[in-house]
Amino acid sequence: MEKEILKELEDQARQIRRDIITMVGEAGSGHPGGSLSAADIVTALYFYLMRNDPANPKHPDRDRFVLSKGHAAPVLYAALAQRGYFPKEEIHTLRKLGSQLQGHPDMQKVPGVEMSTGSLGQGLSAAVGMALAGKLDKKKYQVYTLLGDGEIQEGMVWEAAMAAAHFKLDNLTAFLDYNGFQIDGPVSDIMNPEPVADKWKAFGWHVVEIDGHNMEEIIAAVKIAKSTFGKPTMIVAKTVKGKGVSFMENQVGWHGVAPKPDEMERALAELS
Amino acid sequence: MEKKIATRDAYGKALVALGQSNEKIVVLDADLAKSTKTIDFAKAIPERFFDIGIAEQNMIGIAAGLAASGKIPFASSFAMFATGRAFEQIRNSVAYPKLNVKIAATHAGITVGEDGGSHQTVEDIGIMRSVPNMTIVVPADAVETEKAVKAIAAYEGPVYLRLGRPAVPVLYDESYTFQLGKASFLQQGQDVTIIATGIMVSKALEAAKLLAEEGIQAEVINMSTIKPLDEEAILQSVKKTGRVVTAEEHSIIGGLGSAVAELVTEHFPVPVRRVGIKDVFGESGTPGQLLEKFNLTPQAIVEAVKKIMEQK
Repeated sequence: MEKEILKELEDQARQIRRDIITMVGEAGSGHPGGSLSAADIVTALYFYLMRNDPANPKHPDRDRFVLSKGHAAPVLYAALAQRGYFPKEEIHTLRKLGSQLQGHPDMQKVPGVEMSTGSLGQGLSAAVGMALAGKLDKKKYQVYTLLGDGEIQEGMVWEAAMAAAHFKLDNLTAFLDYNGFQIDGPVSDIMNPEPVADKWKAFGWHVVEIDGHNMEEIIAAVKIAKSTFGKPTMIVAKTVKGKGVSFMENQVGWHGVAPKPDEMERALAELS
Repeated sequence: MEKKIATRDAYGKALVALGQSNEKIVVLDADLAKSTKTIDFAKAIPERFFDIGIAEQNMIGIAAGLAASGKIPFASSFAMFATGRAFEQIRNSVAYPKLNVKIAATHAGITVGEDGGSHQTVEDIGIMRSVPNMTIVVPADAVETEKAVKAIAAYEGPVYLRLGRPAVPVLYDESYTFQLGKASFLQQGQDVTIIATGIMVSKALEAAKLLAEEGIQAEVINMSTIKPLDEEAILQSVKKTGRVVTAEEHSIIGGLGSAVAELVTEHFPVPVRRVGIKDVFGESGTPGQLLEKFNLTPQAIVEAVKKIMEQK
């Protein structure tokens, strides 16, 4: 991969992290930790991997992305705004009355949001439906989705996992944002999902394990997914909750708490 | 002899016809295709039929994804599981984003029969009524089911179609026009309005006959669309009759009776009596025995009418 493109993507991810901090800080509430952990994956998708056109967000051949962990809405909004789906200044309205940027993504309101999510465990099923529709229509589009590591405690995720393999949905690629924390504490303490990779393998998925902050690994994993036939791919991405802001990293307290103005300033300085 | 057909049988046939004329139609089931009759579609158009297995939540979620991709999914299961097990998926993945998913649930109410209370939902209409963006249709017979299936496919948005297990009398002929959101007046009368839905419509007609023998002229309305409610039709009728009795194979809490009571209380207060399940669970028995036991009979409607006539 060209060094220049790589640097552009890393810069883009940094900008998205800055926007996440600004959005959540200005909103006074939201989920910075899990938005920051997913920033590199979402950047790679929207700025390199996915076929999408902000001028034509409903194009039938577009690749789809479903943010199953809907509470990471700020990372999605930041990417969509940066990509041009809606005016950048709207990011300052997050979670405010009358804003299209609801606390959790609303497909009825925001161009480019493919599925309304927020209630955990439901996005993967919707992605399965989209992938099935793609097969029915003999379309070439890819369906991507991103799940949280706490989210996979929901039983419905495994119903969907079984179905995706059963229907041989090789046009479906899921990411697991494996940052190790959920609201109540470390995922391994609350309800340990391990062995994660083996579980997805046992459900019939092709599994790739990567560092979810390494742009080259993210892109390489998606290339592997696209060349995998007959089964969906799960990319287990080891990530750091709060990635990029030193005082937020691996701190469970930053799951759903907004930075105060001085904290915002410090965070933005670190991300400059 | 009276002709009887189960609404689920009519649904199965209607789906096939619909699927043959519209490529966007896809059908999902959760391992009950033989019972819900989606098996007819599965046999006729296998490439657009998906058995999701015993996973109703996933079925609704997949239906949402298909709808978001331009398909018109009909997702079927028993009413108990469709609206109970998958409630939150219907709420958040279908109704909230207003996706074009049709939840066609069979085996509603107590006439599931022998399976017993665990399988007899008497809450589903109430549950679905409370969800914004949801349209609720409860056909009275096979003809109306067939026409309703076409109408809801033509309508863009979430719909809950409530169907039953046993064969029920055919009330309409082919000339009947079903209109989503419009009540169907089956009989004109001056003395009392009887509003019924689903299998209780035929019982209401029988009750009206019994009442006529005693000189009471009942107006009989089939309220097959419970949401949005045809408020105009109800108010027009109660302004004439001054009293209303509702009849449904559902709890008296949250269903048709509640909807009618809410409307008239606000706009034209008149006495209301609700014939339905009185806040209890069902039990095993034949559909006929259960209808008797839970007072879902023409006689029960007649009694309710008589009581309400004394009231004022």
